[in-house]
Amino acid sequence: MALLEVRDLSVEIATSRGTGFAVRGLNFALERGQTLGIVGESGCGKSMTALALMRLVPENARIGGAILFDGEDLAQADEARLCQIRGNRIAMIFQEPMTSLNPVHTIGRQIAEPLMMHRGLDAASARAEAIRLLDRVGIPEARRRVDSWPHQLSGGQRQRAMIAMALSCGPDILLADEPTTALDVTIQRQILTLIGDLVRDSGMSLILISHDLGVIAETVDSTVVMYGGMAVESGPTARVFAGLAHPYTQGLFAARPQLGQGAGKRLATIAGVVPDLVDLPAGCAFAGRCRLAVQACRVAPPAPQDLGLGHSAACLRLDAAREPAA
Amino acid sequence: MLLWTAIHGSHGIAAAIPREPIAVQIAAGAGVSVFLFRRFLTFLGTLVGASVVVFLVLEVLPGDPALIMLGTEAQADTLAALRKKLGLERPPLERYFDWIGGLVTGSLGMSHTYSVPVANLILERLQVTVPLAAMAITLSTALALALGLYAAARHNRPGDYGVMAFAQLGIAIPGFWFAILLVLLFAVVLGWFSAGGFPGWGDGFWPGFKSLILPASALALAQAAILSRVTRSSVLEVMREDYVRTARAKGLTRRRTLIRHVLRNALIPVVTIMGLQLSNLLTGTIIIESVFHLPGLGRLVFQAISQRDLPVVKDVVVLFAAMVVAINFLVDMLYAAIDPRLRLHDD
Ligand SMILES: Nc1ncnc2c1ncn2[C@@H]1O[C@H](COP(=O)(O)OP(=O)(O)OP(=O)(O)O)[C@@H](O)[C@H]1O
Ligand SMILES: [Mg+2]
Repeated sequence: MALLEVRDLSVEIATSRGTGFAVRGLNFALERGQTLGIVGESGCGKSMTALALMRLVPENARIGGAILFDGEDLAQADEARLCQIRGNRIAMIFQEPMTSLNPVHTIGRQIAEPLMMHRGLDAASARAEAIRLLDRVGIPEARRRVDSWPHQLSGGQRQRAMIAMALSCGPDILLADEPTTALDVTIQRQILTLIGDLVRDSGMSLILISHDLGVIAETVDSTVVMYGGMAVESGPTARVFAGLAHPYTQGLFAARPQLGQGAGKRLATIAGVVPDLVDLPAGCAFAGRCRLAVQACRVAPPAPQDLGLGHSAACLRLDAAREPAA
Repeated sequence: MLLWTAIHGSHGIAAAIPREPIAVQIAAGAGVSVFLFRRFLTFLGTLVGASVVVFLVLEVLPGDPALIMLGTEAQADTLAALRKKLGLERPPLERYFDWIGGLVTGSLGMSHTYSVPVANLILERLQVTVPLAAMAITLSTALALALGLYAAARHNRPGDYGVMAFAQLGIAIPGFWFAILLVLLFAVVLGWFSAGGFPGWGDGFWPGFKSLILPASALALAQAAILSRVTRSSVLEVMREDYVRTARAKGLTRRRTLIRHVLRNALIPVVTIMGLQLSNLLTGTIIIESVFHLPGLGRLVFQAISQRDLPVVKDVVVLFAAMVVAINFLVDMLYAAIDPRLRLHDD
């Protein structure tokens, strides 16, 4: 049995302009010790998926489907049970290290908090453990830094502190929602390496969210490509990148920033914008931007097509997509 | 009017001192003692400004205090004697420095109407007004924090609407009218409290405390109403912060998140308004002490103004100004206690 199995997950959001699905019909499984990447453009439902797994979606959102964690359906769990799991068995780190730490508590106290709550440590041993964790995530002079306020740390150090906090209770799953997007390029690499090392050492599972295909390709075992709240392509990372079956994945790949690219050269982008969740098209969400779209694409969302070895893509025009673009 | 100008004028001066230079100063590595010293200079400067205003206004006030005290029937020689006693013949500058010298050394002069030293009078009256103000601010703060947190936690649900309705009422009802309602209900109908007066602290704590409960409640209502709205909106705003989501992701319950991660961050605007309210509360005591016949500082200044008891008015108004500036100073200290970003750090 998979450590985490998500079945037909949906997140429905009520906005002032009506309700819509930020996530719909999402399925994936994560084995213990495995790493999974979720990739897609801004607004395609990546963060909402992660928050749904923690049952921390905004108040105007409703979750549907099943989130089977170690056999227990988190979608049905009550608040008390969720508080035992959050930060303890499933931990999360966020995109914005600048605002994700509380400015009025020292980082030591913030790291000690889950230890005292979930592990029942007293203040002194929680502090000692916080120092050890800070040291582990590569913060120099951890003994002194433990009493720092968040505003005294750089962005990279804050993200390290966030990671220390997430790791404190030795979670089964680490959810990392664009952990490096807000950081300098040089720091990004260090943080990703750190996360990779920690995941390998501790044997925990990782769900890494990114809009950077390069990061996903290097870091995770399997990949889910999301668009309009749905998985348009998924499978083992190597196969997804070798196949690039879905026109959207192809577009993302063509649009990825590359090192050494001439400064004057404009970045290729996918034409058009992500559809608004309150008026998602009836058919394939990507049809409006897809060069291969035909009438059938606009009728109903396409079902995933099995491409073998766990690789699948939800597209009616997979054959046409295989031909090189004109 | 004079009192209003003095208090709010001086408050204006204090409020005009921008907040951010404190942080800048601290970040620049200036020592805490330098910071305190500068705040103290500001404190002194504000007091000097207030005293000059008070003195000038009283000097140009139409009407001879001696004449008004003694009435128009007064004999010319009695008037002259009083003028001499008041020192009104001497040049203004000299009188100003005499007055300030007296304030500094604590020899404040004599009250004309009561014929007792102003210092004694003020000390006696402070024993009513300070506990009254302290009770009112404690009551309003406790009420406001509880109601504000409750309303925020029940955002857009009946509990929230209930609190907001209370706040709307509390703001709309004039303090003196609420005071009369309190007297009617608790003193006249139920007979739990006396309708006014103050027995002093001589018979122990309880009788004095009891006589201040109704006036403190009357003073606290509007303050609590405003402060609970401030608390609610501040808490709601902080609840949207990323670090609150982090706290929930660590497994904290809603309640624990609210208390450990939201409340303290939400306190900054609350403390700001509290500081302003304490200043307003001092003016509020003038009305409430009159309604409840309390021998406090507010009533003293009210009577002193109507009787043109010049030395008392001057000294009490400067005292009010000093209290307001001191409150501002305290608020700045509280900011630093709440938010480490406003504090000095060693690297
Ligand atoms: N509180 C909210 N109320 C209404 N709509 C929301 C809310 N939060 C997110 N959405 C919408 O839900 C959709 C999915 O958002 P989500 O944050 O999951 O995107 P994302 O893939 O994480 O994007 P990004 O790369 O920008 O982080 C978006 O269309 C967004 O506008
Ligand atoms: Mg996101």
